[in-house]
Amino acid sequence: MSAPVALKIENLHVSVGETPILKGVNLTMRQGETHALMGPNGSGKSTLAYTLIGHPKYEITEGIISIDGTDINELDPCERARLGMFLAFQYPVTIPGVKVADFLRHAMTNIRNPDRKEGEELMSMRDFRKELRDTMNELNIDAEFARRYLNDGFSGGEKKRMEILQMTLLGPKFGILDETDSGLDIDALRVVSEGVNALRADKRSFLVITHYQRLLEYIKPDVIHVLANGRVVRSGGPELALELEKTGYKDFIAAAA
Amino acid sequence: MTDMVKRKASEAETALSQQFMQARDALPGNTAVAELRKDAFGRFDAAGLPTRRVEAWHYTDLRSFMGTALPAAAAPDNAALDVAREALAALPQPACRIVLVDGVYQPALSAVDASPQVSVTALDDALAGADAQLVRDLTGDGCGAGDAALDLNAALMGGGAVVDIAAGANIEAPLEIVSVATRRNDAAIFARSLVRAGSRAAATIVERHILRGDAALQANNALVIRTGDEADIAHIWVAEGQGDRQLHIHSLLATIGDKAKFSSFGLLDTGAFARRQIFARFDGAGASLDLSGLALVRDRDHRDTTLVVEHVHPNCKSSEYFKQIVDGAGTGVFQGRISVSREAQKTDGAMKSQTILLSDDAAMYNKPELEIFADDVACGHGATCGSLDPDQLFYAMARGLPRPQAEALLLEAFGEDAIDRVANEQVREELTGRLRHWLAGRTA
Repeated sequence: MSAPVALKIENLHVSVGETPILKGVNLTMRQGETHALMGPNGSGKSTLAYTLIGHPKYEITEGIISIDGTDINELDPCERARLGMFLAFQYPVTIPGVKVADFLRHAMTNIRNPDRKEGEELMSMRDFRKELRDTMNELNIDAEFARRYLNDGFSGGEKKRMEILQMTLLGPKFGILDETDSGLDIDALRVVSEGVNALRADKRSFLVITHYQRLLEYIKPDVIHVLANGRVVRSGGPELALELEKTGYKDFIAAAA
Repeated sequence: MTDMVKRKASEAETALSQQFMQARDALPGNTAVAELRKDAFGRFDAAGLPTRRVEAWHYTDLRSFMGTALPAAAAPDNAALDVAREALAALPQPACRIVLVDGVYQPALSAVDASPQVSVTALDDALAGADAQLVRDLTGDGCGAGDAALDLNAALMGGGAVVDIAAGANIEAPLEIVSVATRRNDAAIFARSLVRAGSRAAATIVERHILRGDAALQANNALVIRTGDEADIAHIWVAEGQGDRQLHIHSLLATIGDKAKFSSFGLLDTGAFARRQIFARFDGAGASLDLSGLALVRDRDHRDTTLVVEHVHPNCKSSEYFKQIVDGAGTGVFQGRISVSREAQKTDGAMKSQTILLSDDAAMYNKPELEIFADDVACGHGATCGSLDPDQLFYAMARGLPRPQAEALLLEAFGEDAIDRVANEQVREELTGRLRHWLAGRTA
């Protein structure tokens, strides 16, 4: 018996302004599975990531995205996050003036209590501090970062680590990693991957978006999809990554054209 | 001939004229003060209430805002003092507090004995024995000369306090000047206070305006702070209490002595109409000035910060940092003029105004001006106006924050950045609390 479907994308068409980017994406992921999404520059990988979390710039012109059977097309990013979706950004946003700890306390309170009303108390400072400290410790992040402004003056690797810290604390049911490996040195890549692997569980699914096969040596996917020209042109097992490493994307681009 | 071309006086101007004529003999002060009042009123009467045609009031047409002139507030009676006592009870007890009720200094409600280095005189007593020095101090030695609101205040002033901080005194706890407006009847208040900080004195002065009652109020108050040589004075201005029917003009006249430090922060978050004007002048070399503020505007409120800084001595540094959050159909105004005279070489000046507009009907007018006659200076200014960063909003929402909460978090960071200019931690916390309260009111 296979696990229940976690994410289902059916015939997804997405435009930015007047330009169609995704042209009929179909993808199904089951609970507990980790899928990798690979593809050449401009194939629409990041568009898919942003669309899944509900960025207002990306307009769904056709198709349905559902999480655990619930159609999420009309939900805003906050509602999606409260359903258990998490996007680790390729370019995490800098928010000067907002301390990492304050931001995380707001986020954790909302995610853990999705029915929370505006103005209700945040989670207890004591519990929060302990959990934050422990998790930062596990991820090898200096405690001093909690007091810094979110991503302000952070290096590329620090920002990515901060994304994994947030993912760990928020414990999503469905995590999307958008080129989390870009700009990371080998050590950082290992730390980040270990962080993700520690989160892998029966009821948790991950969609790992990457250009390179190397990340997949650390985070081993169950299924690999190749996105080219706005469509999934091929899906297969882990061996597909090795094939891509040898042949490149050109055959897929030709097939998609 | 000037009378022939003079425009017709507005209802408010006529009323103010009558008020001055009737009151002038009873207003406190000796002949030197009477002369000062007469001159000031003469200038006001000739020019009238400022309109858009007066450069410094271009975005705040006082003549049209002020349809009528309310009668001067009656001297506070026991009922008024009870209201004030209640308001004061809600405040933390500072070591040194000077209390004005409806513009009048109340020694019985004040607490100054604890600080032998601070002496306080009722303005009326000081005016009764005014010498040339007091007149000079009270007018900031010409600071802000020619401003209509200041002239009107000088003509009708009464009730404030004169505070002297001894040379070399180091006042640790904030010195508070609390002004309670009881608003039991529609009334106007013209209070003027003076703080003279002796050389090398150090103090934080918190000036609070507390509104009670619900009658209409026209407050035209002034505070003069003369910072002595090498003194270090921080001033914070904060108003509290709701009031649709209030018109509040506050003028700060600051002179800064040789190698002295002076700073002033203002929080403009209440009342239908508020204008904070600052006239600052360096009276010595090597001194520094830090002006900052945060205006929170919504509904149909109007908040104006207008400042003039005069660099007339070399090696002085001034920094002006103002932030505005404008929501609803509110209007914000920031005008800053930095003038650097030929003598003021090596002046370092940086002026910044940043605004977030939260609605299509919100409006902000920014007018930074630099007037530089010296050739070896570093002066700059910048004014920005925009909405909240959509990427930041999206990021916060993607982490589970509902839009109003995401906005509040970003706005708090924006406002906090201005509040951070206040050195005193206790005051800073209070200001942050008020910012949060205002933000909570947005989503309630």
